Amino acid sequence: MSAITVENLTKKFGDFTAVKNLSFIIKSGEVFGLLGPNGAGKTTTMSMLSTMLKPSSGKAAVNGFDIITNEDDVRKSIGIVFQDQSLDEELTAYENMDFHGRLYRIPKSTRQKKIMELLKLVELEGKKDNLVKTYSGGMRRRLEIARGLLHEPKILFLDEPTLGLDPQTRNHLWDYIERLNREKGITIILTTHYMEEADKLCNRIAIIDKGRIIALDTSEKLKNDIGGDVITIVSSERDKLYSVIQYLPEIKNIEVHDSFLTIGLENAEKHVAQIVNMASETGIPIDSISIHKPTLEDVFLHFTGRIIREEEASGKEQMRLMHRVRK
Amino acid sequence: MDIVYTLWLRNVKRYIRSKSRMIGSLGMPVFLLLVLGFGLNSVVAIPGMEQGYIGFIIPGIISMSVLFTSVFAGIQVIWDKQFGFLKETLVAPVSRLEIMLGQTFGGATTAVIQGLIIFVLSLFMGLEVSSIPGFLIAIIFMILIGLSFTAFGIAIASRMEDMHGFQLIMNFVIFPIFGLSGALFPIESLPGWVRYLTLLDPLTYGVEGIRYGLLGSSQIDPAISFAVLSGFTVLMVAVGSYLFRKISI
Repeated sequence: MSAITVENLTKKFGDFTAVKNLSFIIKSGEVFGLLGPNGAGKTTTMSMLSTMLKPSSGKAAVNGFDIITNEDDVRKSIGIVFQDQSLDEELTAYENMDFHGRLYRIPKSTRQKKIMELLKLVELEGKKDNLVKTYSGGMRRRLEIARGLLHEPKILFLDEPTLGLDPQTRNHLWDYIERLNREKGITIILTTHYMEEADKLCNRIAIIDKGRIIALDTSEKLKNDIGGDVITIVSSERDKLYSVIQYLPEIKNIEVHDSFLTIGLENAEKHVAQIVNMASETGIPIDSISIHKPTLEDVFLHFTGRIIREEEASGKEQMRLMHRVRK
Repeated sequence: MDIVYTLWLRNVKRYIRSKSRMIGSLGMPVFLLLVLGFGLNSVVAIPGMEQGYIGFIIPGIISMSVLFTSVFAGIQVIWDKQFGFLKETLVAPVSRLEIMLGQTFGGATTAVIQGLIIFVLSLFMGLEVSSIPGFLIAIIFMILIGLSFTAFGIAIASRMEDMHGFQLIMNFVIFPIFGLSGALFPIESLPGWVRYLTLLDPLTYGVEGIRYGLLGSSQIDPAISFAVLSGFTVLMVAVGSYLFRKISI
């Protein structure tokens, strides 16, 4: 059975279309990732699937229940960790869990047992009676995950679960998420703009940009499709280089970007010499050259012509950077 | 009912835990009691008032305390919205009406406790309660003020994005409601048109009800006060739950 089916899901805010004709199916027991830059429509999609937002058109079913006509059953089937924190800081960890358990009408005896069990799972049982405002970011995140699991959901929604956490805590959380999926068989849908995270956790990844899915497959397949290796060449005469080497039979794909050129091909080590030779024969200068195994970053670049990181440093970040430079 | 209780429990726990808020919100009413009560007691004589001006304003100050605490409790929904906790509540498989009622009962409870604290302090300032049933009547009116104005606060909070508008609401809605309520002056001494404004103010009926309960006499028939304030409470809870249902985050 499929855990989530989405058909032509669309959400408009006025003239702006945040999510455009989204369709995909998530299998039961799968870890499914929505990967994309900020503002791609990931959170909007999550909000619609969790019944927090009404879609403008299209339909979706979660755990077999329609998200529009059967809100309550959808809500009972899912656990959510929101992108922004959603704990009551004035309550203790135990009280936050207890509040959640009562809201989901879990009877008292099971509730107390499950809360302790889950707090142990996320290693917070020793601090269960501390107010949440004394918790660190990582501890809060763990508590939120534990809380999301309290009512034994079939599907767990994780919206940017490791945003703003240090690398160590992030690794730790990844282990939890993997274990949850493996040991409890919970279907997990997560959004992220960290390539590494999607690569490590997800069985399948939907790359989403400007409200549309631009690619959907396993991380392996996505990367293989652009070639076994990627050669990146920085050169001032990219277009000329492009025209010289584009017909080489080994090359699977070749793209020209702002300051560099990427080539996808098998066994790059074998062919890199040939490419360099051809460049020097025609007098094209090469500033630098590198070979690496393709990452999801390359996949995103391939489909959109942009790097996810560029998007991240937009808006406020950029203003802050400019400010710093001027000082 | 479980859900309403859950929300209520959370509100009361938070209230009991924030000692600074509890004591902080006693400041203003106690200040008014001392300054106005003792300061004007010897110069102001209200016909028919045996307990002097201080006795006259005690019910008013109690109402004020309940009013401010309850409106503030309702507006706290905005904090929950901003700090994300509201999402956790709204995504649960419970109806919004239950959430709203839980918030309302929780807010009203804290407001009545706050009113009772002022009541106890007033006993030390010479308040003499006329009878036990009278005291119970006063409590009923405190509960009604608490319920109606918490619901009122929730209604406002449902339409507000953040706390920026809070000052505006305080200055142009809450203070006028308090000022016009006859908490500090007898209604009969007002010029005609102001008297009508006073009679339009729902808090007037709360103040008068509490005054009847604690002192045994009032300018408005307690049955009328009770009917008007109950009607207002029902209306506010209805408006509050309607607007809360449409809240989006």
